[in-house]
Amino acid sequence: MPARRRSRSRLLPLAGLAGLAVLSACARNYPQTTLAPKSEFARTIDGVFMHTVWWGLAVFVIVEALLLYIMFRYRERPGSQAKPEHVHGHTRLEIAWTVAPAIILAFIAVPTIRAIFVTQDMTPLGGDLKVRVIGHQWWWQFQYPDLHVVTANELHLPVGARAVFDLETADVIHSFWIPELAGKRDVIPRHVNHIWFTPEVPGTYTGQCAELCGTSHARMGFRVIVDSPEDFRAWVENQRRPAVAYAAPTPTPAPAESEAAPAETAPAESASAAAPAAPAESPAPPPAAPETETPAGASARGDTLTWKGGVVGDPAAGAALFQRSACVACHTISGTAAKGQVGPDLTHVGSRQRIAAELLPNTPENVARWLHDPPALKPGALMPNLNLKPEQIADLVAYLESLK
Amino acid sequence: MTTITETLPAAHEPLYRGGVWSWITTVDHKRIGVLYGVTAFLFFLVGGLEALLMRIQLGSPENTFLDPVTYNELFTMHGTTMIFLAIMPLGAAAFNFMVPLQIGARDVAFPRLNAFSYWVFLFGALFLNASFLVKALGSANAVPDAGWFGYANLTSRQYSPGHGIDFWLFGLQILGIASLAAGFNFLVTILNLRAPGMSLMRMPVFTWMTMVVSTLIVLAFPVITVALFLLMFDRFFGTNFYIPAHGGDPILWQHLFWIFGHPEVYILILPAMGIVSEVIPTFSRKPLFGYAVVVYSGILIGVLGYGVWAHHMFSTGMGPIADAVFSVTTMLIAIPTGVKIFNWLATMWGGSIRFTTAMCFAIGFIAMFTMGGISGIMHSSPPADLQQTDTYFVVAHLHYVLFGGSILGLFAGFYYWWPKVTGRLLSERLGKLHFWTTMIAFNLTFFPQHFLGLNGMPRRIYTYSADLNFGFWNLVSTIGALMLGASVLIFMVNAILSLRRGAIAGDNPWDAATLEWSTSSPPPHYNFAVIPRVTSRLPLWDRHHPERMVDRPEDELKVVVAGKTLARTEVPDDDGESGTHHVPHMPNPSKYPVIAALGLTIAPIGVMLKPEHGIPVFLAVTLTGVLIMAYGIYSWALEPLEDH
Repeated sequence: MPARRRSRSRLLPLAGLAGLAVLSACARNYPQTTLAPKSEFARTIDGVFMHTVWWGLAVFVIVEALLLYIMFRYRERPGSQAKPEHVHGHTRLEIAWTVAPAIILAFIAVPTIRAIFVTQDMTPLGGDLKVRVIGHQWWWQFQYPDLHVVTANELHLPVGARAVFDLETADVIHSFWIPELAGKRDVIPRHVNHIWFTPEVPGTYTGQCAELCGTSHARMGFRVIVDSPEDFRAWVENQRRPAVAYAAPTPTPAPAESEAAPAETAPAESASAAAPAAPAESPAPPPAAPETETPAGASARGDTLTWKGGVVGDPAAGAALFQRSACVACHTISGTAAKGQVGPDLTHVGSRQRIAAELLPNTPENVARWLHDPPALKPGALMPNLNLKPEQIADLVAYLESLK
Repeated sequence: MTTITETLPAAHEPLYRGGVWSWITTVDHKRIGVLYGVTAFLFFLVGGLEALLMRIQLGSPENTFLDPVTYNELFTMHGTTMIFLAIMPLGAAAFNFMVPLQIGARDVAFPRLNAFSYWVFLFGALFLNASFLVKALGSANAVPDAGWFGYANLTSRQYSPGHGIDFWLFGLQILGIASLAAGFNFLVTILNLRAPGMSLMRMPVFTWMTMVVSTLIVLAFPVITVALFLLMFDRFFGTNFYIPAHGGDPILWQHLFWIFGHPEVYILILPAMGIVSEVIPTFSRKPLFGYAVVVYSGILIGVLGYGVWAHHMFSTGMGPIADAVFSVTTMLIAIPTGVKIFNWLATMWGGSIRFTTAMCFAIGFIAMFTMGGISGIMHSSPPADLQQTDTYFVVAHLHYVLFGGSILGLFAGFYYWWPKVTGRLLSERLGKLHFWTTMIAFNLTFFPQHFLGLNGMPRRIYTYSADLNFGFWNLVSTIGALMLGASVLIFMVNAILSLRRGAIAGDNPWDAATLEWSTSSPPPHYNFAVIPRVTSRLPLWDRHHPERMVDRPEDELKVVVAGKTLARTEVPDDDGESGTHHVPHMPNPSKYPVIAALGLTIAPIGVMLKPEHGIPVFLAVTLTGVLIMAYGIYSWALEPLEDH
């Protein structure tokens, strides 16, 4: 039967394409997928979802196949003067196709309702880790009230322990979402919302605000690092330490006063000219690289600032500059006079993997780009362009990156 | 059976002849239908253009084609435009033109109110889009950017300074008045103006769905009106309904909005279901299977639509009881929806299916809407919805419902009724090309968005990191969207060619069964020379196939207008025997509806000027608007409807 073979061979690439599409959709190369659950909560959800998928697929195949069959079987034949019989209805058929969907829905409703009550069971367990989440336009604050740790945009959780979140917001509605670990829970003014889950696999997971919250809603990401219990303890210990301290400012030639050129247009090459000064003795182990350098030629995309000579600044000068500038109004660095509550806590900002709520990897040149003009990278951001000079930026970068 | 021949003078003038003034003052439901259709189609193009700009931006990760402010404005205006300025008024265009014809009436119940509805709609649409003009003139935050759902407290003055939210809230308020006026008008029209013999259960299903939609409008729009008034007071007059810092609650907005918002979804889909219920029987040459069940399930969908609003709010943490209740009510809606689909399939079963373009779109509707319904069931389950809500999975779902459903259904209606409206046929070849490009492009655009959503891509983000691997499917989706834009161009070419040199359609090119096909194409001003008498659901098929008639009329009336046989209709039971029909009295054109609509649109501009220009300017402008509106309504009330 050549005809049938031809049609089959024509179908093959189609089937292959469909298979490919499904495979690539399910593949594990989506770091933020909902289809690779890594907590008991996410697994429960995935179970319910896959259940609806199979029923949905069955209904889809039946209806669409029936439609295609009818279209083929009852198409008008050329030249036919067919006068189809006028059938007005059939009561038993109507009952059948009312009852059949109802039964399917019951099969979906039962596991759904079970999952609703299982995932919202508020019975406290011993050993819950409490985390207070506060959404801000456009970053996340994480407080561990029992551990006296405050951090931003990077949430550390120990594997195997249930994490219980109190969700609040400082401004508008946001939605707290880590697809691989849990469904969404909105963060609503005047409401304290709750969600809890037990991470099961160590690793790094990304999350993102899922409710429109203003201009840079797309830039309100965060990440969750699920650690082994030991690593988590070590992380907590480090977070509880006050920040790396530097002695009172050695009077560096304050470049802020010496030149009046507007910062936005100032070429950055002079940054390397700033004299590096040794950090003062600090209680914590000395930071690994107080003078941070970037590969020559690194250039910031989308703004005028380039760091052709690398970012080399003086962390002590940066610390001093931080303390005497507008930074302290919004940011906290524990162990210093900086106690602002508007922006993220920077006590250990150098230890974070990303900056500006997942926007960029935490590298000296990215921090420099950020300090140069925050609203250019994150439109609408509350942190203004402080018109810092490249030398000042270099010092601040050196300081912030040393805050491990 | 005897035949009575009756002679009438010629109609006044062809339906569409006349200058601009005749269009501004028209109260003819058919001309108003055309105005609605043309205006809504233009806004469909605007909304589509907004979508294309967004798709270009999303075509690659970290794209800088649009900045986030513009992107937020575009999705807000795209949603608002497509819902309120395109799909709803396209439905209204079909109601206006077809419902009086389908029920054998000469016009709607309140012709001047009908004109008022259109002008308020047009001015509201222009008001909303004037925000782009104000932005172009250099004003910041002038375009609405808080989403079509405008969640409080992002819409408060603190977080949305500027006039963007004001344009949105007053624009929707104005459009709501247009919808309410039209809703009441069509309810009264359908209940009161049916031809003799047309009982409710003999009405065409499209008319039935119009009645359900009108009821939904009348009951749902007051809720959004209240919600918007509270927002207006918060933004302009110092109240705190939604402002948490002063004790207000932003969740109140969500409940009010979705109590309106979910019935609104059925306002958008039921007209398409009505159209499909007309098209499928016609081109299967069979009456609709299970007419009563299709009608009742349409009513049931409308009723259940009021009990499901909180399924938009599963992620707000309502607690397990509310989640479970709203989940089950939502699932229940799938039953009448499924019943409709099975009845359409059963209508085609055993038929002799003619694959005209209209029929292709109706079948496309069934195929695509089914998919939207299935993904809808997936997020009726709150645990699954916690992963899907506010992701591209929902974007895919809602486009399968509103494009795969509403728009394909409306296209089916367009191809079906175009000959009746214009008197000319569309090209079937271009129509098929339009159909296939639409179907392929639509699925290319929206199917991959299911994958994107399940793999963690949230909605309403202007860009995404390359690390998340969303690039490939977004590019596919963008290519599909550009194709979809091209397919609309094919449709426009088809329409223009048909107007220029389309084949003359004749009264009933499809051998359809309902009354609108009994009159000429386009119909005369007065629709029917003699109001027909209806004896079944399929009056025209009965005439062609008298052997199938249950209830045969005793006499047949032959109406001759200016020497030409116009319509052959059954004798009405009133003055039929005298043979002294007059030229039907039709309502006079009136300029007052447009004046009242203008005043209504001016009034809110005063409120918007209050923050910058103070109370005197606010009162002066608003009172001017109110006075113009009062003048319009007062004069309209005293103006005689007809000449005597």
